[in-house]
Amino acid sequence: MPLSAETLRDLHRRMLRIRLFEEEAGRLSEAGRIPGALHLYVGEEAVAAGVAAHLGPGDQVTSTHRGHGHLVAVGGDFRQMFAELFGRATGYCRGKGGSMHIADMDLGMLGANGIVGGGPPIAVGAAFSNKYRKTQNVTACFFGDGASNEGSFHEAANMAGLYRLPLIFVCENNGFGEFTRQDRHQAIRDIADRAAGYGFPGIVVDGMDAVAVYEAAGEAIARARRGEGPTLLECKTYRFFDHVGVRGMGVVYRSDDEVRAWRERDPITLLERRLAELGILDEAGAAAVREAIQAEVREAVAFAEASPFPDPAALTEDVYAS
Amino acid sequence: MTAATAQRQLPTVMAINEALRQLMREDPNVFLAGEDVALYGSVFGFSRGLLDEFGPERVVDTPISEAALVGLGVGAAATGLRPIIDIMFMDFMGVAMDQLVNQAAKMRYMFGGKARLPLTIHTMAGAGLNLAAQHSQSLEAWFCHVPGLKVVMASGPYEAKGLLIAAVRDESPVIVINHKALLGLAGPVPEEMYEIPLGQAAVVRPGTNFTIIATGRMVHESLAAAEQLREHGIDAEVIDPRSLVPLDTETLVASLRKTHRALVVHEAVRFGGFGAEIAAQLQEAAFDHLDAPIGRVGAPFSPVPFSPALEAHYVPNADRIAGEVLRLLGRAA
Repeated sequence: MPLSAETLRDLHRRMLRIRLFEEEAGRLSEAGRIPGALHLYVGEEAVAAGVAAHLGPGDQVTSTHRGHGHLVAVGGDFRQMFAELFGRATGYCRGKGGSMHIADMDLGMLGANGIVGGGPPIAVGAAFSNKYRKTQNVTACFFGDGASNEGSFHEAANMAGLYRLPLIFVCENNGFGEFTRQDRHQAIRDIADRAAGYGFPGIVVDGMDAVAVYEAAGEAIARARRGEGPTLLECKTYRFFDHVGVRGMGVVYRSDDEVRAWRERDPITLLERRLAELGILDEAGAAAVREAIQAEVREAVAFAEASPFPDPAALTEDVYAS
Repeated sequence: MTAATAQRQLPTVMAINEALRQLMREDPNVFLAGEDVALYGSVFGFSRGLLDEFGPERVVDTPISEAALVGLGVGAAATGLRPIIDIMFMDFMGVAMDQLVNQAAKMRYMFGGKARLPLTIHTMAGAGLNLAAQHSQSLEAWFCHVPGLKVVMASGPYEAKGLLIAAVRDESPVIVINHKALLGLAGPVPEEMYEIPLGQAAVVRPGTNFTIIATGRMVHESLAAAEQLREHGIDAEVIDPRSLVPLDTETLVASLRKTHRALVVHEAVRFGGFGAEIAAQLQEAAFDHLDAPIGRVGAPFSPVPFSPALEAHYVPNADRIAGEVLRLLGRAA
């Protein structure tokens, strides 16, 4: 069934929000205005958007070190996000988490995670909780090709399969674990194959095609909500930038030609082309969406930079619940 | 504690069982998950009968997957449940260290106080059963060093029940350590639910001129040592901190101000053990009251040996504790 114009516009908007947020964060990082390390999601937007479009109140997401995209996709607030990246008291985590631990418990976004493979066991707990509380909620567990080699992923997959938990494992296979190409870190091509070892389906999808991700995620999530257990959805995608920061071209671990070839399949360009063909959104329409988001980004950055740093007294607060 | 309830004697294993049962009756969000805790009733027997009463949704057998097991607790706690996660032997915590140290301990802080993690990790520590190097350790110091975790150690049935209830009702992650050699030890346990507040030490034996601070099974060895020391005219006060994080420094310091001498005893390896932290805090708080260096008794710097002949030398006992007290007093043991 073809997707409605409304759904397509929604996917486009979610992806563009991620892209523009990340591009600005990258610029600010390069300029030395944002401290610390940023792992940017540019190039992988179709994955977060295609999955998040199916999630609603009570559903959860576990994320990765490359987590901004997941938070934006589920509706994260730009002001609190930028403020967190700037280390300000008005940030999502009061400046205590930063990029790698950005979270919104109210949105069910259980945190970006600085530990590769840290998320899957937590996703098992959240999905167990959904089932225990007899809700129809699901948990989407994002992880990378690198994390698929961590023992924690395998333990979590086994447990999720055993208990038939309402969980979807979304593998963002961007071809690299940090700077190590997939064929140098695992002997298989399709990570989806690993699902067979745990008794649930594994599906490969074009991670640059938002519609393909949306459709596959929709089936997997519906299956999970019906109580039929987890699915592993492997999205083949690509990181336009480096593991950390922006650059991405002229690097030793991949060729510029390879980057150019993937950029030819930029997920936002692909979707905009389709929207134009279907007469849903023309070039001017897309530009208007872009400008509105860009204005929101500018306003959020201004808010963040005008926000105070946390008071030193906050340093030892929040270690324990009071 | 009324006279009637005080008379009832329970072994530690049944005190844990009763605490679990009462906690699960009290709050439908409490569940128990671990390896062989449901059908088999735990390899130590403390969860027997719980599956029959509460069913497989709330008493959950898991695969042997400690990382996913602790993660199950983290994710469930963060989404509104109150999990009790059993790690069969404390030695197995190593398999789940990331979930304990990087996830459970830090989630609340990293998220600026917006996460709530009422998670209890229950585990068995200690040597004495000839289980060798990977099933006998006392690793509490690892977790005391990680902000965000609370750490408690039970020395008997009364403590096992009261600490477990306090831990499960707490809003932060708590590691509850029982000693496998104390599971059969019986003592008075009230039938009703009660809490031993986290961060409250107990003066187990009042005394006047020496302070012995001991945890877990070493509380009993220290009490035996105190009896031996009476012959030498020493009236030792024995204190069980019960909770290491938070630590009731006040009670320990008050005792030292009275006795002017102290020894810290734990079964864990002495080097880098939690006793060093207690000794340092005592001298910082009450240096002028000290008439002797603060002593420490712990295991030697080696893995726990298998052979009964070696293990007996490894685990501190009353003789060694009494001997160390005498040495600190400048008397030959």
